[in-house]
Amino acid sequence: MRVKAFKAAFPHTLPVMAGYLFLGLGFGILLESKGFSFPWAFFMSVIIFAGSMQYAAIDLLAGGAGFLYTAMMTLIIQIRHLFYGLSLIEKYKSAGKIKPLLIHELTDETYSLVCSCEPPEDVDPNLFYLFISMLDHSYWIIGCTAGALLGSLVDFNTNGIDFVMTALFIVIFTNQWLETRDHRPALIGVLATAVCLIVFGADRFILPAMVAITLLLTIFRPSLEKEETP
Amino acid sequence: MNIPAAARIPDSQALILILIMAAITYLVRALPFLLFPGDKKTPSYIVYLGKVLPYAVIGMLVVYCLRNVRITQAPFGLPELIAGAAVVAVHVWKRNTLLSIAGGTLLYMFLVQSVFS
Repeated sequence: MRVKAFKAAFPHTLPVMAGYLFLGLGFGILLESKGFSFPWAFFMSVIIFAGSMQYAAIDLLAGGAGFLYTAMMTLIIQIRHLFYGLSLIEKYKSAGKIKPLLIHELTDETYSLVCSCEPPEDVDPNLFYLFISMLDHSYWIIGCTAGALLGSLVDFNTNGIDFVMTALFIVIFTNQWLETRDHRPALIGVLATAVCLIVFGADRFILPAMVAITLLLTIFRPSLEKEETP
Repeated sequence: MNIPAAARIPDSQALILILIMAAITYLVRALPFLLFPGDKKTPSYIVYLGKVLPYAVIGMLVVYCLRNVRITQAPFGLPELIAGAAVVAVHVWKRNTLLSIAGGTLLYMFLVQSVFS
């Protein structure tokens, strides 16, 4: 049963493996250059497990940021995760004891996989989601720790590698687009976020974008529920 | 280049900062599940949001990834536009997730390292 769930989950995680190993390496190398050796990279990747947050953490740690400032920064950067929980309440309903673990591992990438990949019929969905989450997490831990260990030894031009995450989200977006007839939710997501980015700037557009998306989806609820996306 | 361990903040302060970040990250991720526990009936409005949000959120994430692209300055977001369009085109054509992602990323790396560098 476990082997079956693992085998079903593993192929879905390959794009994330590529992305996390490289992004993790970058994180580890940077963190090590600020005077934090590999146990710190390992520890942070295990208990925080968040891409953009950990990159921001390097600056916070190096600059010796205050506790309140650190708390506020974390809240601002991570607030988008509220949406992930909201859309997985039904999917994780029967997860029971493993739910706290699934919640801990709910990154952008894990969320996008859990949303878009359906487990085969003969596989326990909770095990399937758990393996996706844990595989993603293990790639991240390996990448971060290896980066801090290897540090300056790694010397090839990785400039642009972070596009792997953008590409992953574009692929999922394309899949969703091809699989649905009503494109309004997708369009609302892109347009509301783009408008908020232009109006509020790159540092503080996520919260307004989340409010705008929620408002628009609420306004369109009567007609969107009628057209029910499959 | 490297900062010696002595020149940075003490371990205890670093540890507290990391714990703060971990705790808030976990709380944000857990909050919806705490507000709407699985054993109670979830309000229909939340169920509705859960159904439509994934489509909107992936769109939001695409824009989020591209947030630092400056379309008013050279190279005017061209590497992102070209590589992004290639990802969509290859994906519509072959429907192979890995091929689309690897191809698009390699193209993007080539563009920013060689063409628009």
